[in-house]
Amino acid sequence: MNSEHDIPNSSTMRVEVQRYRPELDARPWWQAFDVPYTNDTSVLEALQYIKDELDSSLSFRWSCRMAICGSCGFMINGVPKLGCKSFLRDYGALKIAALDNFPIERDLVADISGFVEKLETVKPYLMREDPSDLDTSVPISRAFNQTPQQLSLYKQFSQCINCGICYAACPQFGRDPEFLGPAALTLAYRYNQDSRDQGKKDRMPLLNAEEGVWGCTFVGYCSEVCPKSVDPAAAINQGKAASAIDYALNLVQLGGDK
Amino acid sequence: MSDLNVGRTTAKEYHRSHEPIVWSLFGAGGMVVAFLMPAVVIFIGFFLSLGLVDNDAVSFERVIGFASSWWGKCYLAILIIPTLYHVAHRIFHGLHDMHVKGPGSLLAILFYGGSTLLSIFVLYLLWGIG
Repeated sequence: MNSEHDIPNSSTMRVEVQRYRPELDARPWWQAFDVPYTNDTSVLEALQYIKDELDSSLSFRWSCRMAICGSCGFMINGVPKLGCKSFLRDYGALKIAALDNFPIERDLVADISGFVEKLETVKPYLMREDPSDLDTSVPISRAFNQTPQQLSLYKQFSQCINCGICYAACPQFGRDPEFLGPAALTLAYRYNQDSRDQGKKDRMPLLNAEEGVWGCTFVGYCSEVCPKSVDPAAAINQGKAASAIDYALNLVQLGGDK
Repeated sequence: MSDLNVGRTTAKEYHRSHEPIVWSLFGAGGMVVAFLMPAVVIFIGFFLSLGLVDNDAVSFERVIGFASSWWGKCYLAILIIPTLYHVAHRIFHGLHDMHVKGPGSLLAILFYGGSTLLSIFVLYLLWGIG
C-alpha cells in the first residue's frame, strides 16, 4: 500500500557530480546524470549506479554501506554527509562534491591524509605509566575494571568513525589547516577521560595550544553534521575547561606542562 | 609523480596558548549573565516599570546606601566586570568568524584592553562611592 509520499518505481533524479581528474582537468567541473531511484535508494547507491551503468571513470570512496566505516563522506547539496546515510527521497535534485576543506585527490575522493595525521598526533591509545601494563607478549594477568560511571565520561566521544565530516564543516579548519580540528581534539579528550589511561600529560600540550582547543570558536556546526552524534563541540569545550585548569596549575607551579 | 611526504608535519611544536585567561573571564561573565542578569532585567525592566514595586525601593538614598556597603560594591563589581570581558570575548571571536581582521593584535588589544580599562574605571567609581 503506497502513501502519497511513496516514490513510483519509474522516478529518476538529476544528480550532478563534481568531477576532477588531475591528469586532465585544470579545475573541478560538474557532470549531470539521470539516476533512477526508489524510496530506499541512498546517495551512495546512486553513485554506484552511475559508476556501473553510466560512467565507469567516476571515483569515490566507500566500503560498509551502513554508516560505520566512515568512507563515503561527501558534500551533498552543500552539506557534509555520509552518502550511505542520505537518501534520494529527501531531495529534489542532488549536487555531490568531495568534502570541503580537504584537497581533492580525484572526483569525490578527498585527500584526508592530513586529517589522519592529526588523529595520530593526539596519541589516541591507552598509555600507562608502567609500560609492563601494556605488554602484549605476556598473557594478561589482570583486568582494568571500569564502572559504568567511568565509561559514561567518554563513551559518547568514542563513537567517532573518522569520516572527516566535522572537518568539512569546521570553518576554523578551513581557514587554518594546522588546527587539530573536531575529531582529533575529541579523540584526545576521550582518552584523557578514560580511567584506564595515564597519558593525559602527553596530550595536554596539544590541547593547550592555539592549534588545539583554543583554535575553536564554538561555532558548533561539527556537532550538527556528525553522523554518529559524537558532539565534538562539547568535547572541545570540556577540553577548554581542562586546559584552563592546566593553565592555572602551571601558573602556580603545581603541575601542567610549560 | 607521487611524494608520500606531501603534507607531513614532522615534529611540529605546540606552544601553550594564553587564551585561558580571557576564556576564564568570558566563562565567569557567562555565569553572571545567566544567573544574575535575568533578575536585574526582571526587576528594573518589569517590576519597576509596571509599578509592581514601590518606586521608593530605588530611591537615590537607598541605591547609594546599597552601593556604599561593601557587599553592594562586591555585587556591582561581580555584575559588571566579568560581563564586560564576556561581551568583549564574544564580539572578538564573532568578528574572527566573520573574517573581520585588524592589523596585528589591534582588535585583541581593543577588546580585552578596553574591557580591562572599563573594569578599572568601574572599580575606581565603586571605590569613590560612600
